[in-house]
Amino acid sequence: MDCNQKKYWTEIRKKEQDQKSDKDLQRKNWEKALDVFDDELNQGKSNRRDFLKLCGFSLALGGVLSSCENPVQKAIPYLIQPEEIIPGKANYYASSYAKGGEYCSILVKTREGRPIKIEGNELSTITRGGTSARVQASVLDLYDTSRYRNALKNGKEISWEKLDAEVISHLKQMKKDKEKIALITPSIYSPSTRQLLKSFLRKYNNIEWIQYDSQSASAMLRANKICFEKEGISDYRFDNADLIVSFDSDFLSTHLLPVENIRLYAQNRKLNYGKKKMSRHIQFESRLSLTGSNADERHLIKPSELPKLLGYLYNEIRREKNKKTYILGIAPAHIKKLAKELWQMREKSLVLAGANDLDVQLLVNLINHELGNYSRTIDKDRTLQVKQAKDSEFESLLADLKTKQIKGVICYDINPVYDYYKGEEFGKYLEKLRFSLAINDTPNETSLLAKYVAADHHYLESWNDLEARTKSYSLMQPVIRPLFNTRQFQNSLLKWMGQDLDFLAYMKNYWKRKIFPSQNQYKDFIAFWKTSLQKGVYEPPLIASLHSTFRMKNTDQLMRRVLRRSRYDGVELQVYPSNVLLDGKMANNPWLQELPDPLSKICWDNYLNISAKQAKELDVETGDVIEINKQIKLPVYIAPGQAYNTVSVALGYGRKECGKVGKDIGQNVSTFIRLHHKNRIDYTGNVHLYKTGEKYPLAMTQTHPSMEGRPIVKEANLDEWQKDEKAGNHSHHHYENAGIYKKPKFPNHHWGMLVDLNSCVGCGACSIACQAENNIPVVGKKEVGRGHEMAWIRIDRYFSGKEENPEVVFQPVMCQHCDNAPCENVCPVAATNHNSEGLNQMAYNRCIGTRYCGNNCPYKVRRFNWYDYTKADSIPHNLHDPADMTVDLKRMVLNPDVTIRAKGVIEKCSMCVQRIQEGKLNAKLENRKLRDGEIRTACQQACPAGAIVFGDLNDKEGILSRMNEQKRNYHLLEEIHTLPSVSYLTKIRNQKSNQS
Amino acid sequence: MYVSPIREPLITGKKTYKKITDEISAPIEGKAGKAWYLGITLTLAALFLGLAMMGITIWEGIGTWGLNKTIGWGWGITNFVWWVGIGHAGTFISAILLLFRQKWRTSINRSAEAMTLFAVMCAGLFPLIHMGRPLLAFFVFPYPNTRDLWVNFNSPLLWDVFAISTYFTVSLLFWYVGLIPDIGTIRDRVKSKMKKWIYGFLSFGWTGSAKHWQRHESISLILAGLAAPLVLSVHSIVSTDFATSVIPGWHTTIFPPYFVAGAIFSGFAMVQTLLIITRKVLNLENYITVGHIESMNKVIIATGSIVGIAYITELFIAWYSGVEYEQYAFLNRATGPYWWAYWIMMTCNVISPQLMWFKKLRRNLIFTFVLSIFINIGMWFERFVIIVTSLHRDYLPSSWSMYEPTMVEVGIFIGTLGLFFTMFLLFIRVFPVIAIAEVKSVLKSSGDQNQKTKKS
Repeated sequence: MDCNQKKYWTEIRKKEQDQKSDKDLQRKNWEKALDVFDDELNQGKSNRRDFLKLCGFSLALGGVLSSCENPVQKAIPYLIQPEEIIPGKANYYASSYAKGGEYCSILVKTREGRPIKIEGNELSTITRGGTSARVQASVLDLYDTSRYRNALKNGKEISWEKLDAEVISHLKQMKKDKEKIALITPSIYSPSTRQLLKSFLRKYNNIEWIQYDSQSASAMLRANKICFEKEGISDYRFDNADLIVSFDSDFLSTHLLPVENIRLYAQNRKLNYGKKKMSRHIQFESRLSLTGSNADERHLIKPSELPKLLGYLYNEIRREKNKKTYILGIAPAHIKKLAKELWQMREKSLVLAGANDLDVQLLVNLINHELGNYSRTIDKDRTLQVKQAKDSEFESLLADLKTKQIKGVICYDINPVYDYYKGEEFGKYLEKLRFSLAINDTPNETSLLAKYVAADHHYLESWNDLEARTKSYSLMQPVIRPLFNTRQFQNSLLKWMGQDLDFLAYMKNYWKRKIFPSQNQYKDFIAFWKTSLQKGVYEPPLIASLHSTFRMKNTDQLMRRVLRRSRYDGVELQVYPSNVLLDGKMANNPWLQELPDPLSKICWDNYLNISAKQAKELDVETGDVIEINKQIKLPVYIAPGQAYNTVSVALGYGRKECGKVGKDIGQNVSTFIRLHHKNRIDYTGNVHLYKTGEKYPLAMTQTHPSMEGRPIVKEANLDEWQKDEKAGNHSHHHYENAGIYKKPKFPNHHWGMLVDLNSCVGCGACSIACQAENNIPVVGKKEVGRGHEMAWIRIDRYFSGKEENPEVVFQPVMCQHCDNAPCENVCPVAATNHNSEGLNQMAYNRCIGTRYCGNNCPYKVRRFNWYDYTKADSIPHNLHDPADMTVDLKRMVLNPDVTIRAKGVIEKCSMCVQRIQEGKLNAKLENRKLRDGEIRTACQQACPAGAIVFGDLNDKEGILSRMNEQKRNYHLLEEIHTLPSVSYLTKIRNQKSNQS
Repeated sequence: MYVSPIREPLITGKKTYKKITDEISAPIEGKAGKAWYLGITLTLAALFLGLAMMGITIWEGIGTWGLNKTIGWGWGITNFVWWVGIGHAGTFISAILLLFRQKWRTSINRSAEAMTLFAVMCAGLFPLIHMGRPLLAFFVFPYPNTRDLWVNFNSPLLWDVFAISTYFTVSLLFWYVGLIPDIGTIRDRVKSKMKKWIYGFLSFGWTGSAKHWQRHESISLILAGLAAPLVLSVHSIVSTDFATSVIPGWHTTIFPPYFVAGAIFSGFAMVQTLLIITRKVLNLENYITVGHIESMNKVIIATGSIVGIAYITELFIAWYSGVEYEQYAFLNRATGPYWWAYWIMMTCNVISPQLMWFKKLRRNLIFTFVLSIFINIGMWFERFVIIVTSLHRDYLPSSWSMYEPTMVEVGIFIGTLGLFFTMFLLFIRVFPVIAIAEVKSVLKSSGDQNQKTKKS
């Protein structure tokens, strides 16, 4: 406000006076302005302009204060600004995600001290910056309102001191009485935690430690033990394999480590920069899994047929090798063909199976061995540690509980009452125990039955170290102070051991002693520790120690066993981990609940996948309710690609005890799991299906499965493409300037994007990343059912070919940022317009909600705020927030760089304009040009396959421009001359053209 | 005076000037009947239902409607176009027929113009409440503001704003200017002081002097000249809401003439619906004769045929264009999930008006009334078909969707019907339904007592 005119003093005395009075009192401008009322002082102190300013200010202030009823927002400034935190600037901390057998090395983005987004850590050789939908969504769990806030005893709050005292006295008493306690944890692959557990068990030798994985790899572990005398899950190098044959392994979605698998798989499917070869993928399965939907060839089987089929295959490969064959009967023609194909591709092929069945896993190992794949496409040395549990252990624990040999149970981060097939039985025993303790961060079916609950930190509040693969260490560090009065599991153990150490010190100590000496780059441990912590990973080079010698020589017994195994004649029911929720641990996460399943496009529910033929026989259609074995009722989804006489249901739904969001969503089908030769297998035979006549609404985001023969996803077969790089992509729109408006010019940047349809597997990580980055509201099942979902990036899925075994394509569709955008010219108030860098922008404040832009968008990517989803509306009592996303705690996850949209405005993909802006500003501050690839959109960052490329179309040297020059490049609906800035690369299938 | 024997008299019953004044002013002077009270109770109930539903829409959000990510416009815009279309008959009658010196317009122009006004009021409501943020509707006006914001003159929605507001203004002026001599008449006849004062004020001091008549005639002519292009322009602009888009089924150059013809078609149907009842209830059969009804039916058959040809042209062009999206859009209209809407439209708009070629049917009041309702329904479905069936399956099948209106949308439509009929019922009690002065001007030439040559 300092725009006073220069003052000329009239006489010396006056000047001195002025200076004196100024010195006396440093008055504020607005005080000075009041001088106008004072006749004596009004010479030069203040003028009419100031007075008018004051009047204007008062009027505005008065007007604002009296007319607006906006809630008072409390903004408390820092008294002492913490080091590292600069308001408005994000800090990234390297950490790790580990939950339910899923692992990911991550960077956590924090703003003003609160974590708001998870990004992949590119330094990790395992995940290389990729993430999954669950990893992306996990940041919201930190702010879950249902989290435990205190330690509990019998469901009532109790102080930690009291809890510790009681737990220790129980432990000591029981140790004295020689009463056995079971400590059940998920697979622990944290080296220091393992050490800590060992000393805990040494201290309390009456405690028996059992690992329990809801989705176990028990058979795989056992088979490897038998074949190699060494446990551990092999490293499947999909990037080295030219022929991948998967028997019911959903490795792109749920099996083993999908984030890594997708990356390696996509690596050998990419056909960029002159690469002419890609892997071929053959899938055998009963249900259409995400993996199967990406396969070049897919065979329908019943789950029970698997052992025998593998037996045949093994036999046929032996035949190819001129080895003695077994008498199994005549192998089916496609198996014979497959054996020939595998034999041709020996040492470059990869066979794997998902079934938790020892015979199957042994056969797969034998086949890989015969083909010489070990050490080439399968690495035995770098084993995957995330799954270590053996199914028999929990089974025998249950037996011990039954015979009352075990008197106490400690459950850490598991929920067998829900996800174990005999969970109810386990729950019954648990309830009756004298000592039961659960260590969880959120309540679940198991922890609610436990007497004590030692509330655990969320992983973003915890310290930990992980060794997901042999010698691939990564660190987990807290990025926020604990929100509640909780304590990390490891700290609890230390406390109960009577040690006054905290786990960080313990872990550092472990690293100093065990890991630090294994390297010689750093002489000083502190430097080593700091670097590792900053990078999030420490991966010393692995020296192949054990050359895997295959020890399983005698296969006669196995083959005899396989011969005896018969398939069921009736309907087989297979349960599978949900593509989105996995085992249901994150069922209370509304982002995940609202992410449609990649194949059925149904969210907020599980359902019975059934083949069209079966549906016809039962006279049901999608949405009809079927009763299975008079046991459970489920709505039907007619799933293309589901084998006849098989049905499948996703696990992870039907949680009875969790927060409000996931409770009673769908049905729990874990009871259909059963034990077979000490392993839990996921199918049961001879189920009976009864039509009930009831209807059940399913929330589907895409209801039309066919592309209607339109050139939307362009595809070609590999051999065609090898001959002609434009195969499947011949028709192009050639007109440069066909519109009535002049083609805009972009002198500086011209942002664009490219999606490689050959690498995209359809997992959905990008959707959740976008939701987290751009504060996209959750609307709930009913609203999704009404076509009101808000996703800015969606993955379109189309089926083609035969309904019983269709070909599938996935196509991520976001705003195409058209340079001749149909949405822009129809907006009456110019709320959506084009900027000078080619972005199609939305001015939410200007939008009045005519929805004309949405209608006129040929890609239908514009989303309207049908209700007040975000509390940003000024009308009271009209909030539609089924998932409590607007409570203060959950609002902490909001990205402060992105505006919350009010009711009645249109929103859509902005190409993460906030990230573009940040990148540009950073470059400007450093006085340099933007580097290609420096700015990455949220979807691009999250994509484990690297299918999305963002960049500057004006940068002719940049990756985007070079990718765009490829002959596979095309624009979606380019014939309507929208001139999109987003383009796609055609999908290439590794099939022979004459086959189809 | 010699009149050709084929010309029917426009006023029957051997009326005198006094009789005309007496009979037409009767509904204003007399007490309202039970039927009127029953009518207005019903229409007010509908109006209040509509108001409540509008309240819910504004309070809760457009989510209360059956729209979704694919279908952004449904009943709301259908009703908007329908109501605007209905308005067109009034302007056509009063402006174009005036310029063409059609004498038969004098009996029907007043009520048709009133209908225009009320229909435009109803129409104008929809663009307002279909907005996500109706409280910010003023953003569409290009007024100087401190936000440095301006409207987008490329947008047909903005053209709509100008078209509809101009249309309403000109129609109101035209209607009112025509009313002034009649208001003078009423003023001189009413007895209560209050009424006298009000009508006196509204008549702007009309004395009936030659100068007044001269000015009245010239302003009427000027306004007719202004309104005549509006008949063509308003619905042309409304049609550009669709025609300028890229959506198959919308992106059609035939839309402006097709929409105008459809508008006049539906407008005349609504005039028929209203007048067939009004002439009976208010005993105006001598002024609005079967001949008038027949004349309007002739307009209906002409415009109806244009509409029919337009439909067929659209189909042909879709096939001829060779654009698969276009072809699918029209195939989907006829055979897709909304086939029933398409066939209701085809039956009501193309087939049924063709029956009017029979003179017997053309002059049959009950048949005309039923047919006019058919056309009203058919024309509503035309807009529904254009809007919903084009949107629900456009380019990317992944986004294909279905639309079903909610009670809120239906309620708002009923509310506008309530508003329309409430206004009309009030109108017949307040102003003369037939332009007294203008009817008198044709009495000498077209009254039956003067047409001696015509055999009765």
